[in-house]
Amino acid sequence: MLTDHDKQEIQAELARTPSRRGALIEALRVVQRRAGWVSNADVVEVAAFLGLPVSQAEDVATFYSMIFRQEVGRHVILLCDSVSCWVNRADALLTHLRSRLGIRLGQTTADGRFTLLPAACLGACDRGPVMKVDEDLHTHLTAEKIDRILESYP
Amino acid sequence: MKIYIENRRFDLTDPSVNLLEACLSLGFDVPYFCWHPVLRSVGACRQCAVKVFKDEADTRGRIVMSCMTAPAEGMRVSVNDDEAREFRAKVIEWLMLNHPHDCPICDEGGECHLQDVTVMAGHVRRQSRFPKRTHRNQDLGPLVNHEMNRCIQCYRCVRFYADYAGGRDVGVQGCHDGVYFGRPSPGPLESEFSGNLVEVCPTGVFTDKSLKRHYTRKWDLQTAPSVCVHCGLGCNTFPGQRYGTLRRVRTRYHREVNGYFLCDRGRYGYEFVNSPRRILQALLRQGDNALAQVSAEEAIRLAKSLLSSGKCIGLGSPRATLESNFALRTLVSPSRFFHPLAVSQHLLSGSSLSLLRRFPLASLRDVSQSTAVFLLGEDVSNTAPLLALALRQAAVRAPRLAKAALLKIPAWHEAALRTAVQEEKGPFFLAATGPTRLDDLAAAPYRAAPGDLAALGFAVAHALDPAAPAVPNLPPAAAELAERIAASLKSAAAPLIVSGPSCGSEALLHAAANVAAALGKTNPQARLCLTAPECNSVGLALLPGGNLADVLRALRDGSADTLIVLESDLYRHADAALVDEIFTAAKHVIVIDSLANATTARAELVLPAATFAESSGTLVNNEGRAQRSYAVCPPKAPVQESWRWLTALTPNVSWPRWEDILAAMAVSSGDFRDVTTLGPAADFRLVGQKIPRQPHRYSGRTAMTAHIDVREPAPAADLDTPLAFSMEGSPLNPPGPLIPRYWSPRWNSDQGVHKFQIEVAGPLQGGDPGKRIIEPSSEPAGYFAPTPPASEGDGEILFTPAWHVFGSEELSVHSPGIAELAPRPYVALGPVDAGRLGVRDGAPVTVTLAGRTLALPARILEAIPPGAAALPAALADLPFFSLPARGSVSLAAPAAPEGRP
Repeated sequence: MLTDHDKQEIQAELARTPSRRGALIEALRVVQRRAGWVSNADVVEVAAFLGLPVSQAEDVATFYSMIFRQEVGRHVILLCDSVSCWVNRADALLTHLRSRLGIRLGQTTADGRFTLLPAACLGACDRGPVMKVDEDLHTHLTAEKIDRILESYP
Repeated sequence: MKIYIENRRFDLTDPSVNLLEACLSLGFDVPYFCWHPVLRSVGACRQCAVKVFKDEADTRGRIVMSCMTAPAEGMRVSVNDDEAREFRAKVIEWLMLNHPHDCPICDEGGECHLQDVTVMAGHVRRQSRFPKRTHRNQDLGPLVNHEMNRCIQCYRCVRFYADYAGGRDVGVQGCHDGVYFGRPSPGPLESEFSGNLVEVCPTGVFTDKSLKRHYTRKWDLQTAPSVCVHCGLGCNTFPGQRYGTLRRVRTRYHREVNGYFLCDRGRYGYEFVNSPRRILQALLRQGDNALAQVSAEEAIRLAKSLLSSGKCIGLGSPRATLESNFALRTLVSPSRFFHPLAVSQHLLSGSSLSLLRRFPLASLRDVSQSTAVFLLGEDVSNTAPLLALALRQAAVRAPRLAKAALLKIPAWHEAALRTAVQEEKGPFFLAATGPTRLDDLAAAPYRAAPGDLAALGFAVAHALDPAAPAVPNLPPAAAELAERIAASLKSAAAPLIVSGPSCGSEALLHAAANVAAALGKTNPQARLCLTAPECNSVGLALLPGGNLADVLRALRDGSADTLIVLESDLYRHADAALVDEIFTAAKHVIVIDSLANATTARAELVLPAATFAESSGTLVNNEGRAQRSYAVCPPKAPVQESWRWLTALTPNVSWPRWEDILAAMAVSSGDFRDVTTLGPAADFRLVGQKIPRQPHRYSGRTAMTAHIDVREPAPAADLDTPLAFSMEGSPLNPPGPLIPRYWSPRWNSDQGVHKFQIEVAGPLQGGDPGKRIIEPSSEPAGYFAPTPPASEGDGEILFTPAWHVFGSEELSVHSPGIAELAPRPYVALGPVDAGRLGVRDGAPVTVTLAGRTLALPARILEAIPPGAAALPAALADLPFFSLPARGSVSLAAPAAPEGRP
């Protein structure tokens, strides 16, 4: 269900775009900010609120990897696996993260605390390897640093 | 503009095309996927690569995508350059990485553009050893089959369905290697143009579900050029037949009419031909009221004796050919020829014809190129679907033209134009009695009762030309809208007014005429477009005759006692009480028809008529274009063309061949003087040979009837046309009207249509089929006076007809797929009246109308104006009502639903 707050935020976004379609991505992000992910029912509701066909909303909602279409944990870890991070041994960090969390890429820990996802690039190639947890960027990663970082996300 | 291809010089007559179109028009086989002659270029597939050289000295050249390249003066192009060929072979190899190796079980096999291009581009050996990606398919309803694994991501489906046809339920989901074309969730496709996906898709993702139930390869189908019988637009079709049943219908290109597309009613309605309700024998009513089979000779003898009183009257048909109507009129004499229409429908038919004779008319191509549209009252998506598709193109075209000129974007550059234009629409004014599927094109659709819509139209005409009569007491909102519409139409280079008879209002037609007349005074480019209810409504109107009330009068006053009904179910055209009275008053009733219906049930003698699939004939479409439809297969005796039955009953007339009756028609009336020249004469031959209806790869001919007789029968003779029911004949491309299918070497799919055109999307070689037989008069058109809306009946609610593309047409509902999509009877109310009556959506209500009481579920539709209700028109499960008419709706539902007698 879209909350009144969601609707206000989407309405504000509508005021900034020339077409209703232009507000679609932001509307989906509004839902995701509140609920953590975007369900099929959310897509239908967002489309109805914007007066767009469901198929248009679904097209956009399935195109972007950062619009989550399955339930995610409380915190989402995006570990960069692109070239600069890879040459800085990001693959070893992935192994570390996987064993530490006991999950594979694309999975969520049993306690619902973390979801581990790959990212193609986080735009901080000069400080690799990098990862993002929720909205925070963490750079110059090592295994020890990762352990410390995870502690700060209860 | 001169360009060089493979070092040969060519002069481009039209430099506004892209290089791919230029190459194809000049006969070079450049492979492509995402380009389409109407959807134009987006540069997505990279398959149409060619090499372009700077000048004669340039030996290296550079690879370009021909669909995204404008030809330039002196440009040197190579299609066969080694590097370009290698590039194309690699591209097809990539596209084929995930394509299943399932051609033998794929419905597209043998007419697959992907097969053609793979062969053309020279990819023969798979090198990839990785697993192919797979998808889950969706059930898309009864018309289109979905098999996503075959997809090569050309995006044509969504570009046609959503971008071109305005469909809202198909999109493209996912990204990178997981792109998925389909609906958000499984379910029937909503667009009435969904079947075009079958032809637009270059491979077997979208295939014809009706064909699947009786599958036949293209090379095994006997086909002929035909004309759709499911509405009045006269779209050109290729029906295909095998083993005695019709298997499918494909689009036959006609530049002025349907272009490259068909609606789903036209594509899937054909199965009525195979219906178990077909009348295949002459039938005579017995003492016990049952119908018993009689021989054709016996039937003719009986019919002649029934007609011997000399007091016979004939009822023509808006869905029978011109020939059959003419033969009936000749048999009974013109003064005893009538139309099977109620008084109101008959009036509308006559009014429409008089307008067609007065104004310059728009072909569907003209419609799509008009720059401002006023759609007055007609729900074209349901009554003339391809007209709706053309109107949609008109609405998106105006801003495109402006942006293309401003930003110097070539017209073929779809990707750039779409980005530049976004959702912008051209001037499009829509006035309707309820919701329509074109509502998204109009800024603010105007909803009102038919009489008020007419008032708006009259006011627009008055605003355009003060000499046109004004409308007294017009509400201020309507007056203001009329001013805006008039201003927009006046400033447009090519304004168009669209209306039609389906609202049941003659005033509406008069209003449209006034707008056309007012526009025509200052702008010779102004066009009128009227729909016609059935495939030969205009043809019937050209043969004047009275209505059903006149028929009853003639039967009652003793001037007639015998009735001969040609291909129409009178119960669909008039109130059952009137039709019952006619049948009771008639001493004898002879019916000629192809399907058993309520009218054949009242006949004393029934003669089996050939359908469009088994007969050649002429149909006149909504713009007065007479077109020939050729038999796909011979009728199985005793079934024969209605005009042949009628000729057999007519003394002193002998028309053994089609051209004999055409010659008689041509001299009978000035309107018909061209009917003999609508296509090549029966003795036309290509290098001494007939044109084969069967492809040269037609298989199993010797085995098909081996279970009956091991000796192969001689092909049926066709004395009527230059076509043969055979695979023998000329392999050359026949002239436009005679093309039986699209095939040419290397082009097994319908994409090869450009091999039959003078240039891509241009006229057909040897002439476009058909000819306008109604020319606008050169005299200045006068104005009609606004008439206050006449409302029949008492009651607080005005009932208007709601037409349904699936369900409102008589023949197509006998196709299982169409029947599945047809609505159940209902009554639609606006929110105001629903609230007042305490009716909720889906609640049972009682409708009292024209002396009948119906129990129906209610639908609540936002767009129904207060005081009005909509009743589905011409639905098989509802009796005929002459609408608009007044009646009432109440919440309680005491009476049981009433069916057709």
